[in-house]
Amino acid sequence: MEFLQEQLPALQVVLPLVAASLCALFRFGYLSWLITLSSSILSFLVAVFLLLRVLEQGIISYEIGGWSPPFGIEYRVDLINAFVLLIVSGVSAVIVPYTQKSISARFDSTEQSWFYCMYLLVLTGLLGVTITGDAFNIFVFLEISSLASYAMIAMGRDRRGLTAAYQYLIMGTIGATFIVIGIGLLWAMTGTLNLYDLAGRLPEIKNTRPVLAALAFLTVGVSLKLALFPLHLWLPNAYAYGPSVASAFLAGTATKVAIYLLLRFFFTIFGGATFFTETPLPEILKILALLAMFAASIVAIFQSNIKRMLAYSSVAQIGFIVLGISYATETSLTGAMTHMFNHAIMKAGLFLLLGAIMFRLGSVKIEALSGIGRKMPLTMAGFVILGLSLIGAPGTAGFISKWYLGLGALEQGEWWILVLIVSASLLTMIYIGRVVEVAYFREPTDEVVQLKEAPSEMLWPAYLLIAAAIYFGFDTSFSADLARQAAVLLVNAVY
Amino acid sequence: MSLILASINYWVTIILMIGGLYIVVAHGNMVKKLVGLSIFQTSVYLLFLSPGKILGGTAPIISEKFEVYSNPLPHVLILTAIVVGVATIALGMALVVRINEAYGTIEDDEVHEMEQD
Repeated sequence: MEFLQEQLPALQVVLPLVAASLCALFRFGYLSWLITLSSSILSFLVAVFLLLRVLEQGIISYEIGGWSPPFGIEYRVDLINAFVLLIVSGVSAVIVPYTQKSISARFDSTEQSWFYCMYLLVLTGLLGVTITGDAFNIFVFLEISSLASYAMIAMGRDRRGLTAAYQYLIMGTIGATFIVIGIGLLWAMTGTLNLYDLAGRLPEIKNTRPVLAALAFLTVGVSLKLALFPLHLWLPNAYAYGPSVASAFLAGTATKVAIYLLLRFFFTIFGGATFFTETPLPEILKILALLAMFAASIVAIFQSNIKRMLAYSSVAQIGFIVLGISYATETSLTGAMTHMFNHAIMKAGLFLLLGAIMFRLGSVKIEALSGIGRKMPLTMAGFVILGLSLIGAPGTAGFISKWYLGLGALEQGEWWILVLIVSASLLTMIYIGRVVEVAYFREPTDEVVQLKEAPSEMLWPAYLLIAAAIYFGFDTSFSADLARQAAVLLVNAVY
Repeated sequence: MSLILASINYWVTIILMIGGLYIVVAHGNMVKKLVGLSIFQTSVYLLFLSPGKILGGTAPIISEKFEVYSNPLPHVLILTAIVVGVATIALGMALVVRINEAYGTIEDDEVHEMEQD
């Protein structure tokens, strides 16, 4: 048991990686699903244990292969990435029970296996990016998760999934290459790739041109990966035309990990909030975040495909998170990290429910949904609750994070930001309201009349997320308090 | 002139980088875009490898005859990056084949037009 405790950081990444290769070897759909299910749940448990250990004894440093850092690769778990690991593995563990029904309806046994293989590789990559303490390792894991997610998106039922995956591949690779350029410049200046070592050496040379160029490359590269407006162009189609499971999983995890990277680079290795506020980054990020909040929400209002609408909504919500980052204070970063947590729950849940509608109806066009609230009451009720949370209604998780974001702006004396946050939330209300209006206040079409409620295998994972969205609206001792502790570490660049 | 020659490795890197990125943006043919992407990635290999070379240094195998060694780290890193690059291009090509089967063309604007209706 003691031995296992020591190996937890490695297990976090190795478990899904081995499971992925098993899926590729056996190529039998149901078996692959069982493998995916067990490894997902196990890696969630590992993340829970890691978080408990971090809370108990502080930072965990794990030497891969026994080579001590900074020469060997180090896995370094502190409160910040333990929190993100929990989000990623938690969302994944909730989604896997849902996948079997959704995936087996469309793919034969071998194809299902490949899908689960891709799913686990995405999970491996995302967990790896989060846990590693080595800059180049970040790039490798980022590409593992990205390449697998391109393949996953290309498996969508619409042929537009192919072009969406291609577009994502081009933009994602440019983003990843920018990140490597940034890492390369940092390496050339400091001679180290270990993040902890970098954090020690960078502050002395932080105003030299290569280091500032590295910061610029890293910012643009990571912004491409997290779909910050105006680098979000790959996201709407990728989420809209990929398989429902892929949309839910990626919306809940991939962009969150990219946001974690942004925080790690900006605050941990460059020397905390003091350095960040010396650069022009806060202003730039604030403007882009506000543009994302409004432009993407307005575009979302005019979408006829609801999956695409939610994808644009993701871009807008990422705007909220980046707004929190741009203030770089304890409160605003608490807001950003809490919103990261809450948005992962809400968006994954919404995409799962849409997947259930897609499963029964075969379409997620808004006009096809008229009167569906009467035929699939549980699905639509869940959609309304999560929609309310997305808007930020009090009593839901979305309210808590927006509260902290608003508070962060108020602390800086910028009350008008509060007005903008509220008005962007009102835009959210419009596009969620459109779906509610069509689903509840219109006569069912002939196709809708014949519908049954979604199968329970698909409903309960979604309801688990709904319950979480309500629970974290009342009890913030987990989400917001952990986020606040993490924010303190970020602001002061403790690593 | 001497300014250029002194840091010729960086100039080549920059030219390849900008050239590759330009091809990705400017060309409508999906295969050509991937070629541009590949050139863009290759430029980064140079960026990593050239600072690792020390003039007069040998391969880092410790021996009494030599005192100056090149840094081996970038070679290891770039070996990994090349593998990632190959995988990316292979996946990109596979997607282009599928796009060609689904749409009958690999021109960006024609595919885009077909998606509108």
